[in-house]
Amino acid sequence: MNSSLLLNIFRFIVLIALQVLVFNNIKLFGYLDPFPYVLFIILYPVNSNRSLFLLMSFLLGLTLDMFGDTGGIHATACLILAYIRPSIFKFSFGLSYEYQTIKIAEKISYDRISFIVISVFIHHFLIYMLELLRFGLILDIFLRTLLNTIFTTIVCVLTIFLIKPNRR
Amino acid sequence: MQQIVNFFIKNSYKLLFLLLLGTSIFFTIQNNSYHKSRTISSANYISGSVYEKIDEVNKYFDLKEVNQELVEENSNLKQLLYNKKDTTLTAPIDLPENLLQYKVIQAKVIKNSFDVYDNYLTLNAGIKDGIKEDMGVINSKGVVGIIDKTTNAYATVLSILNTKSRLNAKIKNTNHFGTLTWDAKNAGYVQLVDVPRLANLKKGDTIVTGGQSVIFPENIPIGRIDKAYIDKNTNYYTISVRLFNDMTNVGFVYIIDNTKKTELIELQNSYNEQ
Repeated sequence: MNSSLLLNIFRFIVLIALQVLVFNNIKLFGYLDPFPYVLFIILYPVNSNRSLFLLMSFLLGLTLDMFGDTGGIHATACLILAYIRPSIFKFSFGLSYEYQTIKIAEKISYDRISFIVISVFIHHFLIYMLELLRFGLILDIFLRTLLNTIFTTIVCVLTIFLIKPNRR
Repeated sequence: MQQIVNFFIKNSYKLLFLLLLGTSIFFTIQNNSYHKSRTISSANYISGSVYEKIDEVNKYFDLKEVNQELVEENSNLKQLLYNKKDTTLTAPIDLPENLLQYKVIQAKVIKNSFDVYDNYLTLNAGIKDGIKEDMGVINSKGVVGIIDKTTNAYATVLSILNTKSRLNAKIKNTNHFGTLTWDAKNAGYVQLVDVPRLANLKKGDTIVTGGQSVIFPENIPIGRIDKAYIDKNTNYYTISVRLFNDMTNVGFVYIIDNTKKTELIELQNSYNEQ
């Protein structure tokens, strides 16, 4: 239990550092930055303290807002994603979800990828929606959401492959 | 009483969620109002020092370009100096400190952004260097933005590439004023709106800061006219301006402190009160 908490704090710091140092400077096509820091929310252990999880997700978003001067956009998106994560679990892993034992990073399969895609899409959609509330650029925002979802998902899956302990 | 406590214990998870949601939405909305009330910004100690460390590494990579820019600026200044009449005969005028209207402070950009709707830059100088809110920020090529938030050691700049940015600008050598805005589409172009139809302009004309601004001195270059068309609804020109500055590559900047600003604002406000 304690080691899992430590692991998550470590992941928290590493993902923020990577996001700020590397991924915020990618600018694919001039404006696309992937947000692989959502991996923190995706990979957080399933059967742990829910309130702590909410609080950690909120802090994760707030830290990124601080670095990016974006007010509270990332914090809101992370918080909502963390709150509805159990529902996405139910949706992706079917009725017989015995998600008490699932570990996302263990094996990549279709339901796992669908879980990642849905989570990333919801997160990005919320982020761009909150910007849409301020400006009327609807088409631009949908385009950015779609492209960026694809981009972030690829980065996330690659990262999972990289850090996955090889057991075979 | 027992029931209230039970209610809170039972719903603590939902209540925590609602509390945090309220906080984050509060921050989001606060960020929309023009720069008077931002709580979360990159001018704080943690992100400021992180960006400063990153910049210390990065600046070695563009030493060459920075030198090139400095040489260009020097040569321009030398050209001005040598073309001045009787440079040796005019005694250097030492204006007393309180007569100088504009003071210039220099700083280095340690974080730049240009790909979102609201772009901010972070500088490695703050209140201790004499930087206050609402000062103008320029570099050798033109306008960069306006100081937004300051802390003791750092400051953020509301870039001209920000949909909230409004600058007073005019066409060089005329007195036709307009407002400089950004449509969030291209980091190389800004839009000058509300220029009256009477204005005589053509492609390639230079756009400079206007004299109505209390933030910038007059005639600081901004860019060249790229396209101009008349808005059907308002009968005013909308002008697309190609920036002189490459906003994706800003290194050293100068901050302009208008010492007469409070005086000017007080004067203007005295009319509003009547």
